[in-house]
Amino acid sequence: MIHKYDLVIVGAGLAGLRAAVETSKYSDVAVISKLFPTRSHSGAAQGGIAAALGNEESDKIEWHIFDTVKGSDYLGDQNAIEMMINEAPEVIYELEHMGVPFSRTKEGRIAQRKFGGHTKEVIGEDGKITRKPVLRACYSADRTGHVILHTLYEQCVKQNVRFFSEYFTLSLIMQDDICRGIVAFNLLDGEIHIFHSKAVMFGTGGYGRAYKITSNAYANSGDGVAIAYRAGIPLEDMEFVQFHPTGLYPLGILVTEGARGEGGYLKNKDGERFMKNYAPTVMELAPRDMVTRSIQTEINEGRGIDGKDYVNLDLTHLGAAKLKERLPEITGFAKTYAGIDPVTQPIPILPTAHYSMGGIPTDVYGNVCKDEKGNLVKGFYAAGECACISVHGANRLGTNSLLDAVVHGRRTGKALVKYLKETDFMPLPDDAGKNDKAYFQKMYTETGTENADSIRIILKSEMTKKCGVFRNETDLKEILEIVHQLRERFKNVNLSGKGKVFNTELMEIIELGNLLEFSEVIILGALARTECRGAHWRIDHPKRDDENWLKHTFAFKTDKGTELKYRPVIITNYQPQERKY
Amino acid sequence: MKVTLSILRYDPEKDVKPVRKDYTIEAEPTDRILDCLDKVKWQYDGSLAYRRSCSHGICGSDAMMINGKNQLACQILVQDFKKKYIKIDPLPGLPIIKDLIVDMTGFFQKYDIVKPYLIPKDLPPPKERLQSQEERALIDEAVNCILCGACTASCPSLWTNENYIGPAALLKAYRFIYDSRDGADNERLDIIDTQDGLWRCHTIFNCVEVCPKEINITWHLSQLKKKCALREF
Repeated sequence: MIHKYDLVIVGAGLAGLRAAVETSKYSDVAVISKLFPTRSHSGAAQGGIAAALGNEESDKIEWHIFDTVKGSDYLGDQNAIEMMINEAPEVIYELEHMGVPFSRTKEGRIAQRKFGGHTKEVIGEDGKITRKPVLRACYSADRTGHVILHTLYEQCVKQNVRFFSEYFTLSLIMQDDICRGIVAFNLLDGEIHIFHSKAVMFGTGGYGRAYKITSNAYANSGDGVAIAYRAGIPLEDMEFVQFHPTGLYPLGILVTEGARGEGGYLKNKDGERFMKNYAPTVMELAPRDMVTRSIQTEINEGRGIDGKDYVNLDLTHLGAAKLKERLPEITGFAKTYAGIDPVTQPIPILPTAHYSMGGIPTDVYGNVCKDEKGNLVKGFYAAGECACISVHGANRLGTNSLLDAVVHGRRTGKALVKYLKETDFMPLPDDAGKNDKAYFQKMYTETGTENADSIRIILKSEMTKKCGVFRNETDLKEILEIVHQLRERFKNVNLSGKGKVFNTELMEIIELGNLLEFSEVIILGALARTECRGAHWRIDHPKRDDENWLKHTFAFKTDKGTELKYRPVIITNYQPQERKY
Repeated sequence: MKVTLSILRYDPEKDVKPVRKDYTIEAEPTDRILDCLDKVKWQYDGSLAYRRSCSHGICGSDAMMINGKNQLACQILVQDFKKKYIKIDPLPGLPIIKDLIVDMTGFFQKYDIVKPYLIPKDLPPPKERLQSQEERALIDEAVNCILCGACTASCPSLWTNENYIGPAALLKAYRFIYDSRDGADNERLDIIDTQDGLWRCHTIFNCVEVCPKEINITWHLSQLKKKCALREF
C-alpha cells in the first residue's frame, strides 16, 4: 500500500511530537511510531528540563551555555549550544502554555531544582569566582518527561495529527541524495507500506539497548540510526554513550539525578560520601560522566556495599514529606523493584547505559548532513536523541535532553514548514520497498539455524563489559571481533513463528539487526579515539588530547567496511580548559 | 525457582477461540512478570505476543490481567505471588487481537471525545501562566495517568455497556476541568454529564483497586459528579 503525505515523522517522543505540532498546522503530516505515542521513552525522563528562568534564584543564559560547553568536555559545537540555550526559556513557556503541569513555586511560577553540572557564579570573600549548583531544572515532581510527552500528544489530538501507531519503520527511500519517503510494516497485519513524502523527519530516539544494564526501554534499539547508516548517511560521535550514575541495582532502572538535586548523598560501604575525593566543589552534583566513573572506581576498588557491584544513594535525611512531594516515582520504583523504602533505607545503585550523545549528524535546523563537510541530504531531517548536532558533545548534562528534543523538534518543524512549501514531491523509485519485501519473504519462507535471543544476550553483556564506562584497546578489539562473529551468525537467524498478526518476534529480530549494525560503529569510534573525553574513557590513554581529538567522529558505511573521518569542533567563545569541579 | 505461567493464547490466523497454555520456566524471585513472559517468548515460543516498552511502569504498554487482576507485567514480581502458578490473560472487556494484545482503538477514541487538551481561558502572558501550589495540587494525581487501560478494562459498567466513556477518559476530563488555566469546564461537562458518561460510574471502585499509579479515580469522578450536580444552566 502506498500513502502520500507532505511530511512523514518517524517517532512520537518529544522531538517527533513537537515537530508534528509545528508542521501539522500547515502541512499534511503522518507520524509513524512502533509504539502508541504516549508509550515513547521520552515519558520515562524524570528530573526536569533545563532553562535559566531564574524563578528560584538568579540565573543567566551565559552560565547555562558555559555549563553545557564544559559538561560536553568541549566536544559540543558552541554555535549550536548557544542557539539551544538561548531558545530554552521561550520553549519552556510555550510548553507551559500548552498545558504542561509543572510543579510550582510559592509565587505560582515554574519550580526549578538543582542538577549535575548546572552552576552559578559565586564570588567568595576572597574575591575569587567559584561555581555552585543552581536551581535551573524545571520539573513536575519526578515525572517531567511523562507530563511533557502527554501534553504534546494532547496538542496533536487537538490538531488532528494523523498517527500510524504500531508501524515499524524499515528503511528510507533515497535516490540521488534526495529522501522520498520510508518503508514501514504494520505490526497489526504484517503488511508492508510505502510512505511517499516530500520530506522525512526522524525522532527515533537513542541506542542504549545495545547494553545489558540500561535505563532504556525495549524500544530504544536505535532503529533510526541504523536505518540512516544503511542508507549511506554517516553517523557522528557514536562512541559517546552516557552511563547514568544511578541505575537501580541490579536492573539499571533510572533513579533520577533529581534525587541528588534535592540533596541525596552517594555513599560507599564505609558510609563515606566519596564524591569529596572526586569533585570537592559540587560533590554529588558533578556531571554524570564524572559521578559514574567515581562510582565505578569505588566498586572496582572494593568499596561497593557488601562487596557487591553497587553503592548507596542515601535520601533518608530528606524526610518522607519531601520524597512524597518531589520524588514519588522513584520512591515507588525502589519499593517495587528493590523492596526498600527510601524514607528509611538507602537505595542500591550502579551506573546504567542511559543516553546516546552520538547519532545522525544534522545542522542546527535538523537537516541531515551527508558528510563531514556539512553537505546536506535533501528532504531528510532528524532531531532529539537520534540526532547529533552536536549540543551534548562527549557528555550530556542532565535535563538538557528534554530541552534538546523540544527545542530541535520545534526548530526542525519550522524549517520543514518552509521546506515543504518550496518543494514538490519527487517520484518514488521503481524499486521502493523491494529489499524489505525480499527480506520478509526470506524470513517467512526459510528456516534459520541461529537463535536471536542467544545473539542478543552475548551482544548486550559483552558491550556492557568491554565497551562500557572504562575502555581499553584489548577489550575493544575483543568486542569488535565478537560483534563480527555475531553479525555472521545473525545472517542465519531463525524466525520461529511465521504468523502475520503482531509478529513481534520478527520486529525483535529486525531490532537486533539494528543493534548489531551500530554497535560496531560505537566500538570502532571508541577504538580509534585514543583519549579520555566525557563519557569516553580510555584507561590506556588517560588524558584528554585536544591537539589530536578536538573533533567529531564521522563513520561511513562503505563496501570495505566502516570508514572513519573527522570534523573539527565549532568553537565560538569558550576555549577548552581543564575540566574540574 | 520454577514458575508456571498459564497464558491465554489466541492466534487469529489459527485459533477459533482463545486457549490456555502452561509454560514452566526458571525464574528469580525478583524477576518481573514481564521478564517471565520474555523467557517464555525467547525460550519456548517466539510467537507469543504482548506489548511492552519501558519495563518500569511509566509507558503503560503492558497492562494485562494477572491472577485475575489488571496490572502492569513490569510492575509486579515473581516474589509477589505465593503460588508460583500464575494466570495471565489479556485485559478483559476489549477485543483480543493476538494473545495478550487487545484492541485499544475504542479506548483511545473515548479519550479523544473529552477534548483532552488545554483550552486556555485567556491569551498567554509573555512568561508562564501563574498557578498556585494549591491549584496545582488539584490535578496532582490526575496528571499521573499513563493510559494503560487497566482501570477502564476493569469496570463492570463498561463490560455491560460498551458505550460508557470509562474511568480513564473521565479522569482526563477531570485533569482539564480542574486545571486553573483551563476555561472549557462547561464544554467538557456537556460531554460527560450524560447517561454513557459520568453517570454510568456506579462507584464500584475496581478502577481504584487496579490503577498501577495508585490514582483514586473514583474520588476524582465523584468531584466531577458534584460539579455536574451543582452546575447552573
